[in-house]
Amino acid sequence: MTPAVLAEREWLRFTPAERLARFTVYFTIIAAIVVSVRTVEVIPEFIADAPEQIADLLRRMWPPDLAYYPQEIHDALIDSIHIATLGTVLGIAMALPFGFLAARNVTPFPWLNWAARLVLISTRSINTLVFALFFVAVFGPGPLAGTLAIAFHSIGFLGRLFSEALEVAATGPVEALRAAGAPWPSLIVYGYWPQVEPAFWALVLFRWDINVRESIVLGLVGAGGIGMVLDTAMNLFQWERVAMVLLAILAVVIVAEVVVTYIRKKII
Amino acid sequence: MAGVSLAVRPANWPLRLAWAGFALYLAYAFSHLDFTPARFITGLEFGQKFVAKLFPPDFHRWELLVKGLKESLEMAILASALGLLASLPLSLLGARNLMPAWITWPARLVMVVCRSFHPVIVAIVFVKAVGFGALAGILALTVASVGFLGKLFTEAIEEISLKQVEAVRATGAPFMSVVVFGVLPQVFARFIGFASYELDANLRNSTMVGIVGAGGIGGTLFAAFQRFDYDFVCAIILSIIAMIVVGEVLTNTVKRVFRV
Repeated sequence: MTPAVLAEREWLRFTPAERLARFTVYFTIIAAIVVSVRTVEVIPEFIADAPEQIADLLRRMWPPDLAYYPQEIHDALIDSIHIATLGTVLGIAMALPFGFLAARNVTPFPWLNWAARLVLISTRSINTLVFALFFVAVFGPGPLAGTLAIAFHSIGFLGRLFSEALEVAATGPVEALRAAGAPWPSLIVYGYWPQVEPAFWALVLFRWDINVRESIVLGLVGAGGIGMVLDTAMNLFQWERVAMVLLAILAVVIVAEVVVTYIRKKII
Repeated sequence: MAGVSLAVRPANWPLRLAWAGFALYLAYAFSHLDFTPARFITGLEFGQKFVAKLFPPDFHRWELLVKGLKESLEMAILASALGLLASLPLSLLGARNLMPAWITWPARLVMVVCRSFHPVIVAIVFVKAVGFGALAGILALTVASVGFLGKLFTEAIEEISLKQVEAVRATGAPFMSVVVFGVLPQVFARFIGFASYELDANLRNSTMVGIVGAGGIGGTLFAAFQRFDYDFVCAIILSIIAMIVVGEVLTNTVKRVFRV
């Protein structure tokens, strides 16, 4: 080939199939947005009115009712944190077995893998609030329902990521143990566990952080914690109190994030 | 194997104390739950009846179901699009390697505030502000998207190589060209990945914000729950799961197309 021919060759970054796939994705996204904009039931007057209404709401919220914090908010907030922590611990206890069962290299029975995965997928897909509605109906309103809701929803998240961590664990240490005739509990404790321990703690911290946020909402359906205080204040249109609750939530969530970041740096 | 000690590591007393303290805390927190065996046992009986009533799921009112799911889906799509539009400029403002501190700080503060509140909490505020319906839900999910996408985008931008940015800058290009030719090509694929993750998250939450009146299937679900219409509840939950799983499969396909 002469240099002239080489210079005229057209260089493309993607194959035609790749370009077609990309175009399809772009087209679908645009089409989805257009269809949504045209069919979603939004009243145009509400949009025009929104900035004014939001400004009005903020004016009503100011100044936050600081005196309300020691009266009601503090105890409810602590309750929410209790719910998040207990829920996470209970969630870990339930997620670990399913995590081990779902990992193909730890449990060599495909039907057990699939059964465990079904549990993980379904608990992950059912929102904490739905679990909360269920447990409030079963155990009555209160923090017990909230704790169970948090725990059940955490199973899917923790179990799935834990089983993924197990599946990428190195086989060397496990085979060495097996060759030495170690029984299966030893395989897990000395073969797999040391390899996945850092990932496990990172997951737990991450989930606790999420659960603190989730525990705050649970009160809206009667499952205990700060959400109940927020709901009451809102139904009574006590906007200064609502503002104080929101500020308290903001503070707790930020503190939780700082704590998680600090512990993560310490242990990983 | 007598004489062989497994205690290879020396005892870590501060850690043990921390665990003991944590166990005490758990016991204390547990005492706050009003947990009694009697309550648990009656609860289990209720639970049995409850689960029995869930089945078989009742799909007779499928029109209501489809309408709710469609609205949830639309809310998730629009909120993701709006959130993406808003978080692109915000993440550029929040990136420490492109902007001075007095700009990054306020931008980051906005993201932290948006991220701190659960979408359902934000939805309550918007329902009070703009009335019941999909609009409140879209706005609430947009706020949540700005929080998460903003954070992820900012981190991605902060990890780029500055050589290309400097090269574009050295040609005398204005700021927008630096962004379009120096920054975006380096982060585009990761942005697609984050955006599809956020679409997934919005889809999950769009089925829930209806509980507080912000549109979507959640309102139908909550109403059915309060009317003890449990077989319809079961149908709704199954459809939500189906929609979320399908959504996850689709976003995974998108990620494969863009090799994220």
